[in-house]
Amino acid sequence: MIWCARCGGALSNRGADRGADRGTDRGTDRGAAPAVDGDAPPAVDGDAAPAAARGGHEACAAALALEPPRFCPRCRRRMKVQVLPTGWVATCVEHGRTQG
Amino acid sequence: MAILDHARAQVLGDGEGLDEAGVLAVLSLPDDEVPAALQLAHEVRMRWCGPEVEVEGIVSLKTGGCPEDCHFCSQSGLFTSPVRSVWLDIPALVEAARQTAATGATEFCIVAAVRRPDERLMAQMREGVAAIRAAVDIQIAASLGMLTQAQVDQLVEMGVHRYNHNLETARSYFPQVVTTHTYQERWETLRMVRDAGLEVCCGGILGLGESIGQRAEFAVELAALAPHEVPLNFLNPRPGTPLGDRPIVDGRDALRAIAAFRLALPRTILRYAGGREITLGDLGTRDGLLGGINAVIVGNYLTTLGRPAADDLALLEELRMPVKALSATL
Repeated sequence: MIWCARCGGALSNRGADRGADRGTDRGTDRGAAPAVDGDAPPAVDGDAAPAAARGGHEACAAALALEPPRFCPRCRRRMKVQVLPTGWVATCVEHGRTQG
Repeated sequence: MAILDHARAQVLGDGEGLDEAGVLAVLSLPDDEVPAALQLAHEVRMRWCGPEVEVEGIVSLKTGGCPEDCHFCSQSGLFTSPVRSVWLDIPALVEAARQTAATGATEFCIVAAVRRPDERLMAQMREGVAAIRAAVDIQIAASLGMLTQAQVDQLVEMGVHRYNHNLETARSYFPQVVTTHTYQERWETLRMVRDAGLEVCCGGILGLGESIGQRAEFAVELAALAPHEVPLNFLNPRPGTPLGDRPIVDGRDALRAIAAFRLALPRTILRYAGGREITLGDLGTRDGLLGGINAVIVGNYLTTLGRPAADDLALLEELRMPVKALSATL
C-alpha cells in the first residue's frame, strides 16, 4: 500500500496488505488528522474514507504543489515537517527523512 | 469614480490616507473600475514609497503545538491539523537565513507558534540571532506572540530591528476568529514594541468571514497604528481548522483590497504575504505589484510552500522594480 502524503488516505494497493483494502483514511477530504503523532493510525471503515481517498487524489496532488507532505507515503504516520525558505524536510519516525 | 477622484487629491496629492468610508467605497467599486483603483494605488506607492521592493524570507523556529485558537491557523494544538510540533535547531536557522539572503532579501523573520515566548524560546532566539548576525548580512525580524516589556527589551538588545504581531482582522470581528486572547492584548504588545523603538510590522488575513465593512474598519485601524509594515495575507483554508472550509477570496476582491489598503496607508510597506498564490496566481502577483504592493515574502511560508523566489525576482526585474538594498534599510 502507498499512502497519500497530503491526506494520509489510501493511494494505491500493491496487494501485499489485505487489510488496507478496507479503506484507512481518517479525516475529511480536505485532509486527515491522525490521533497520535508518529504512531501508525488505526484503520476505519472504508465508507468513512473521504472522497479524495476513494478517488484519484487529484485535489491532493494539486495541493501538494504548495504544501509539503504531511504523511509518510510508506506507513501513513504523520511526519514532523520543517518548512524552510527554499525547501522542506519531513521526518517519519520509522522511515527517516525526506526533503524537497 | 468619485471616490477615486477624491483619493487622487487626498492620498496621492497630500499623502493622507482614506478614512473608513473612503476605504469602503474603494472596496465596493464595480469590477470595471478596479483597474483604475489599482493604477491610482500604484501611483500612490511610487510617490510616497518609491519604486523599491522590500524582499523578505520567513522561517518557523517553533512549529505547531500552539495553545491559542486562532481559527485560521494549522499550528494550533487545539485543532486536528496534520501539522506536528517541531523545533528548528540553530545551524538550520542560520542556513535558512543564508538561503534567504542569497535571494537578495534584506529581511529575515524568525517566527514561533506560541502565545508568548518562554525562557527556552528566548534563549533559542538569543543564540540564533547572534549566530545569524555573525554569519549572514541580513536584517532580523521576529514574531513570537505577545510580549512582556522585559522581553521587548531583550529583543532590542539582541539586535532584532522589527517585530511582527498581526491584529489579523477588524476589532469588531476579532472575537469570531480568536477566543483565547483579545484584540486589546495584541494592541498592548504592539504599543510596547513601538515605544521601544522597534519597527512595527502588523497586518492580517483577509477572507476570514469578515464583511466588506469590517475589511474597511481593519484598514483604518491599521492606519491608526501607523505600522512600518503591513503584511497582507489571504486565507489559505487549512485542513482541520475551524476555517478549513471557508472559500478562497475572489481574485477581484483581493485586488480591490490591495488598492484600498494602499489608499488607506500611503506611506507604509505593504507586503504580499501568504495565500496570494491560491487567491491570485501568477498574474495576480503582477497585478498586486502594479497596484500598491511594495514588498514580498519570497520562497516558502511557515507551513506551506510559496512561489519559487526566482520567479518573484524575475518578475521584479521585468517590472523594473529594484530590490531594496540592505544598505538602504540600515
